[in-house]
Amino acid sequence: MSARANILGKLRRSLEGTMPRPDEFNERLVTEPWWYAPEDRIARLRSLMEAVHTEVHPCSSGNWPALVADLLARRNLTNLLCAPGTDHGRELHQHVGATEQRVNLLAYDQPVEAWKEELFWNVDASLTGTLGAIAATGSLVLWPDRQEPRLMSLVPPVHIALLNASEIHDNLYDMMVAQNWAAGLPTNVLLVSGPSKTADIEQVLAYGAHGPRELIVLVLEDA
Amino acid sequence: MSQRIPATELSANFRGRAGEALADGQLSSNFRTAMDSLMQKRANAFPDADEREGLRELGNRIKARSLSKLPDLLEQLEQKLTENGVKVHWAETVEEANTLVHNIIEARKGRQVVKGKSMVSEEMEMNDYLAERGIECLESDMGEYIVQLDGEKPSHIIMPAIHKNARQVSKLFHDKLGEPETEDVNQLIQVGRRTLRQKFMEADVGVSGVNFAIAETGTLLLVENEGNGRMSTTVPPVHIAVTGIEKVVANLRDVVPLVSLLTRSALGQPITTYVNLISGPRQPDELDGPEEVHLVLLDNGRSGAFADAQMRQTLNCIRCGACMNHCPVYTRVGGHTYGEVYPGPIGKIITPHMAGLHNVPDHPSASSLCGACGDVCPVKIPIPELLQRLRQENVKNPEEPQLVKGGGAKFSRKERWIWRSWQMLNTRPGLYRLFLWAATRMRALAPSNVGPWTENHSAPVPARRSLHDLAAAHLDSSGETSS
Amino acid sequence: MSELFYDAAPNATRVAPERETDRHYPDKPEAVTLFGTCVVDLFFPEAGLDAIRLLEREGIRVNFPQAQSCCGQPAWTSGYRNEARAVARAQLEVLDRPGLPVVVPSGSCAGMFRHHYRALFADEPDTLKRVEALAERTFELTEFLLKVCRVQLSDQGEPSQIALHTSCSARREMNTHLHARELLGQLDKVERVDHDHESECCGFGGTFSVRMPEVSGAMVNDKTRSLIDSGAVEMVTADGGCLMNINGSLEKQREAFRGRHLASFLWERINGSAAGEVA
Repeated sequence: MSARANILGKLRRSLEGTMPRPDEFNERLVTEPWWYAPEDRIARLRSLMEAVHTEVHPCSSGNWPALVADLLARRNLTNLLCAPGTDHGRELHQHVGATEQRVNLLAYDQPVEAWKEELFWNVDASLTGTLGAIAATGSLVLWPDRQEPRLMSLVPPVHIALLNASEIHDNLYDMMVAQNWAAGLPTNVLLVSGPSKTADIEQVLAYGAHGPRELIVLVLEDA
Repeated sequence: MSQRIPATELSANFRGRAGEALADGQLSSNFRTAMDSLMQKRANAFPDADEREGLRELGNRIKARSLSKLPDLLEQLEQKLTENGVKVHWAETVEEANTLVHNIIEARKGRQVVKGKSMVSEEMEMNDYLAERGIECLESDMGEYIVQLDGEKPSHIIMPAIHKNARQVSKLFHDKLGEPETEDVNQLIQVGRRTLRQKFMEADVGVSGVNFAIAETGTLLLVENEGNGRMSTTVPPVHIAVTGIEKVVANLRDVVPLVSLLTRSALGQPITTYVNLISGPRQPDELDGPEEVHLVLLDNGRSGAFADAQMRQTLNCIRCGACMNHCPVYTRVGGHTYGEVYPGPIGKIITPHMAGLHNVPDHPSASSLCGACGDVCPVKIPIPELLQRLRQENVKNPEEPQLVKGGGAKFSRKERWIWRSWQMLNTRPGLYRLFLWAATRMRALAPSNVGPWTENHSAPVPARRSLHDLAAAHLDSSGETSS
Repeated sequence: MSELFYDAAPNATRVAPERETDRHYPDKPEAVTLFGTCVVDLFFPEAGLDAIRLLEREGIRVNFPQAQSCCGQPAWTSGYRNEARAVARAQLEVLDRPGLPVVVPSGSCAGMFRHHYRALFADEPDTLKRVEALAERTFELTEFLLKVCRVQLSDQGEPSQIALHTSCSARREMNTHLHARELLGQLDKVERVDHDHESECCGFGGTFSVRMPEVSGAMVNDKTRSLIDSGAVEMVTADGGCLMNINGSLEKQREAFRGRHLASFLWERINGSAAGEVA
């Protein structure tokens, strides 16, 4: 007998003569306490994210590239990982080219194995888009893909995320339902709610444990 | 006052270890401070008691529903994961699970493994198993890294190094890594970051646990704050997830309340920094993520707990640690006193199914049944009720059929005789009143040493007259009958 | 939805019981039964007598059946189910007087009647009906005074500061902390002061205190320390087990601070002296 057959057999014997319990999910409990007026969503998201050391900058689809350049300059960061094949990647490339910024734009255009050393030690910052955000918990939602792979939001010490204000949902449940996540998920979905942190020593909070030390969210209020 | 209590040097039994822990002022103070803070954080995370209670009830119903069709859900999970390209393995014992993991690593000729925090891998003692076979298995969670570096076991399921303070970690990093001493926690964390980044890059295999396995979509959900879990499950070419068979839930939406209950109960956080939903290996058009993803489903005694409807509730557990944070016993003796993988109240009810009651005969007794654990459990496991039940199993005659592995470990003819006598005294009113009469009249003869009680108390002296006596006299004088 | 679901199979997967709604309280009865409890019986009988006096002051006739002994809790929490059940059955006989409320001057014993007898007699449907009826008419003393008698206490004592300790099981199963606080709140010259980790267990836990004396001792040491440091002149509690544990520890430590039963404290406050003193 295989382990599988043994385990399933034991479990089934223990349930003989019983019925599966009904589905008693109560969506009210995970939605109603977490509904916000549309005009309050950004404020809720911002206050929660700032409470965990995230920088949140309201901006617009016109001025965000300049803000990115400014944020990098203020930190003396010289390179930024940014997907040239995305709309926001193209916009940033245009801006950098037009304004002769000193920032060097890098692309994640080869398998991680081909440039692990460089990714781990030489990339200063990354910029990614987001699928949206969740006001209730102060979380960004990322669905990594070929353009913006999984490690882009994890390995560089500074992660800048672009968020369209119109894509901030009240709570995770509403977002899952609105986008029908249950019908199928990509290989990796991430909720990111701040820079990497730990409290494993004396419960003292320290940021930049293994992932980004800084998370910067640019909220495009007109998008 | 010992500064370090490696698991290997502890006393052989709970009471001995408890005594050692209680004598260690540093240890007690580290735990008290940490548990007070965790209790406060949880309280702050649930400002609305109705919301909290509603959510706990929902969490309980979701887990009960999952358990009520566990075999079907496991099969559905396996089918969905397989469709998604994840390889599913089954193990009845930790030996089987270790062999499975080892074979996967050997197939890739792996020599270095990084591991995200996983209590199931602690059950397996995977680090030791692999080390004996020439494979380095490095813990990457900061707390786990610290305890591994010091040759210890975790003392808390969420905060593995909670028994250490910054000075102790500093000394450890100095001794083992040659780092300059500092009590600045930020600097200490940066030491871990530097060391482990190199390891993430080099590792052949990443191992992780699973917080929730979602049958509907074939998804493994992991929560964490540090990013080491994402590193371990994304950077190495192979990802092996190990988990207990009870972690499966039916629907994706089920994780919404469960994650909220988990992070708020454990750490008082509305959510962890990362919630990582993994539904498959790297696809041909993707540039990172593991090429292979494996899931090892481990039984290790869980199906034994499952066999009894009352004990089955143990498997509701989502490993938040709130029960230990609120436990007055755990707070005082710390995690190592329990001598097993899972400490605290949850450890006391789950370990007997894994290790057998005969290996942890003191566990069920190490509770005042104060009920704090059951009050805070996010999935409403009736922990005091289950402890009481385990006490029954513990004192059963070993010759009777046992419901729990190793039951009857505390069977004692002498103690049973004492309780039979107690029963006789309390079921025969004449005898009971005679006892009262003798105890009160001969109170001067009350012994000054009544065993363990007098270690902490003066010897109890009966009153001059019992309430039976006083009440009869009072009610007679006030014209009432005392039937 | 759960109302529609009923799976009587003994191995059916269990859910937590529904949350208890606020207890419905009857009108003040003419008579009650006092269940003294074994600890009060032997070690704090004056507290039991003061409980009787407090009830009589409310115009209630008190019965004290001489056949009563112990609720069965010590054996139950030690894992000796059969022995606990035999003792519980004896009490069930003694207290089986429909319509007569049972008042208990110890929260954990009241909790035993109200919550744990069900588990003891789960496999005896007929007994279970009597158990349910007993649970329904069992009240912890402070609860009964406050919610059923709706007492109004007039404080005749000197200004004083006291700390309140409530037994864990009683607090969780019987809400005794709320009832005791409200009763104490009626005494206008008594100030209730908080003590550190007030809701934490005193370490008694019945046989836990003798099975795990090291851990239990650490707990009661912390409890007595925080009581002494609270600035209160004494501690009051409505649970005999905790009282025996805390006072025994204080005496062993040669501390002057003491606790006493809430019934005795209340009786003294409303009479201006220790009227309940026993010769």
